[in-house]
Amino acid sequence: MSSPEKIFDETFLTIRSKLIDVAATLDRVDRAAAGASIDDLRRARIDEALRIVISSDTPDRATRLQQLFSRPYDSQWRRGFGL
Amino acid sequence: MDYIDPHLHMVSRITDDYETLARMGCVAVSEPAFWAGFDRGTVDGFRDYFRQLTEVEPKRAAAFGIQHFCWLCINAKEAENVSLSREVIAMIPEFLDRPGVLGIGEIGLNKNTRNEAIVFLEHLELAITYDQPILIHTPHLEDKYQGTRMILDMLQDDSRLDRSRVLVDHVEEHTIGEVLDRGFWAGMTLYPITKCTPSRAADMIEKYGPERLMANSAGDWGPSKPTAVPDLIFELRRRGHDEALIRRVVYENPIEFFSNSHNFNFRPRSLGQVTV
Repeated sequence: MSSPEKIFDETFLTIRSKLIDVAATLDRVDRAAAGASIDDLRRARIDEALRIVISSDTPDRATRLQQLFSRPYDSQWRRGFGL
Repeated sequence: MDYIDPHLHMVSRITDDYETLARMGCVAVSEPAFWAGFDRGTVDGFRDYFRQLTEVEPKRAAAFGIQHFCWLCINAKEAENVSLSREVIAMIPEFLDRPGVLGIGEIGLNKNTRNEAIVFLEHLELAITYDQPILIHTPHLEDKYQGTRMILDMLQDDSRLDRSRVLVDHVEEHTIGEVLDRGFWAGMTLYPITKCTPSRAADMIEKYGPERLMANSAGDWGPSKPTAVPDLIFELRRRGHDEALIRRVVYENPIEFFSNSHNFNFRPRSLGQVTV
């Protein structure tokens, strides 16, 4: 098993690059909005995703992000389809 | 290290890719039937496609020392056309005894519609009737979790299915646990943007262990990397994992799963064997 320090040694620049990419994209969105409020569910999802990323709960952030970006499952789907 | 790519759409790749795969250590590929990029109009279109999978691709692969195997079905995207799907399903048995045909796949769901579910169930019936293993496509992106749960529901509804002969592919962090916990095989697809990366696949191997787990590139006509499995091999080695673990995921597990098919006549490389 690796150490946190070793993982950061190997990945810090990649993480930094991806975060700057996200920040630059959100800046681009704001410039395109030219001061108007943005009423887009995807922006709200991104904000929620960032909250998950910086959360300090259990190490399942990737799974929680996947769930955030997923359509919900309905266990009664077969009834709806008549199957 | 010799490896097998269990999910690679070589009909959409140029011959140079076979040479590259051979140089990277690929000794066999398994190619599920998939969407061609457009909706085919007739059953004869599928018949010709199945001929390409069973006659043309094995020859292209063999020129580079790679063994080619395939799966047959009408894919989930075209399954919305139920009448055409039924014609294709009725035609598939013409090909099931051809060399290299491993089973029914890649069946599944796309947008998780009623018609897709009906066609999925009829493919399951075909597989059971003809005693065939099954390779399953789970949907993309926001449809994946819902579709995977629906697929698992349909699989679990049928007690005739042998779960050790069913591969649920394109698993990710939020679906892999459900698939493995229920006794199915799971495939991780190393595909840019819309699926998994080698690093995340390595994380899942570390979390769940190598049992019933495979990795593939699902290289197709979209932006994809047919050499993604070697990327995973490299990542696992970089993390210090031993060769036995890596070989199990990328070579032994595909052999174990494909051996469920009586058409899997794989010949391992051996010392003294002449290869291209």
